[in-house]
Formats: sequence, C-alpha cells, structure tokens
Amino acid sequence: MIWPLDIILLCFLVLLSLITAFSRDLLAATVAFSIYSLVLAIVFAQLNAPDVALTEAAVGAGITGLLFVVAITRTTRWEED
Amino acid sequence: MITIIVQTVSRIMIPFIQLFGLYVIMHGHISPGGGFQGGAIFAASLILLTLTFELAEAEKRAPFRMLIAIAVSGALVFTGIGMLGILFGGYFLDFLVIPLPIPPADVSELMIVSIEIAIGVAVMALLIIIFFGMAEEVFE
Repeated sequence: MIWPLDIILLCFLVLLSLITAFSRDLLAATVAFSIYSLVLAIVFAQLNAPDVALTEAAVGAGITGLLFVVAITRTTRWEED
Repeated sequence: MITIIVQTVSRIMIPFIQLFGLYVIMHGHISPGGGFQGGAIFAASLILLTLTFELAEAEKRAPFRMLIAIAVSGALVFTGIGMLGILFGGYFLDFLVIPLPIPPADVSELMIVSIEIAIGVAVMALLIIIFFGMAEEVFE
C-alpha cells in the first residue's frame, strides 16, 4: 500500500459521494457515481482484492451507469422537490 | 451524437473487449476473475455495440429469444453439474465423488471451468436482456 495515494483516493471518494448525493442534476449524479465506482475499483486493487476490483470496474462503472442513463432518458433529468 | 469516428473506434474495440471477457471467464479458477466478471465484460461489449449502432443492429446479432435460451441453459448447466455430485452419492457441487479416469484434481478443475462458463454465459445474456428491455422505447 502507498499511503499518500490512498489518502488522495479516499478524499476523492468522499467528494464524489457528496456530489452524487446532493446534485440536483441526475445525469451529473450518474456520471459522478460512475467515476466513484472506478476510483473505488482502484482502491480495491490497492487493497490486494483484484477480484472485487474487477467486478466493481465492470458492473459499477460500466453497466450500472449505463442503466441509470437509460432510466434518466425515460423519466426526467432534473430532480424536483 | 454518433459519428463515424465513434463507430470506427468501437468497431475496432469490441472484438478485444469480447476476447478479454472470454479470457476472464476461462482463467477464473487460477487468476482474478470468473464467470460473473467475464460475463459482465462481454455484456458491456454488446451494450457498446447497441449504443454506437442501432438497437436493431444489436438485436440482429443477438436475438431476444436466443438470449433467453442462453440464459436459461446456463442456469440449467450449472444446476446439472451441481446435481452430478448428488447423482454419484455425494453433496451438491461435490466433484471428488465423480468417477472419471483422470486424477481428482483434474476432475475438480474441469467441473469448475464448466461452471464458470455456464455462469458467464447466463450473466452475459441476462445483463443484455435487462439493457434491451430498458432501451427498447428510448431508441424508437
């Protein structure tokens, strides 16, 4: 483990999760969530869990993001109160 | 926006993505990966085909009925291989009781590879079915 890299990645993860949770634009939230999954895959690879990292990169960053985008195109893009 | 650049790049990339997916499935028992991950990667390649070309083009390559048949047969093969252990007097997924004329470690490896292929095929077909089902009305 390289601890400066880990600290940078974890700070980035917190930032991306906050963007995902509080963004009003659902498309932006989806993009932030995809980047979050990719960074989380790098963190898993750092923690010697390549199997989990591969799953996270394929499912979390690829297919989940795509399905969310398709779901947004069938509903509305902006969140309403 | 779909341009000729996107189409050409994805046309070059899709075979390599599919090859990597098959590699992840086939080497799942000795290296990181396995049926689920490889199937997800393979499904991602066909979803990329759907995004860059039309949905009709992808459905021509992978018809809906064929995908359902593949998913069901994958689950069936998994259950059947698991049942082999019970058939020869052991537990579910118990490979060491299967009487084949090769060493027990090889029997185990053969069965695990077969199960990985079945899982990969089923996951691939099901993920594409979910995507096609959701994307059907968007592309029209």
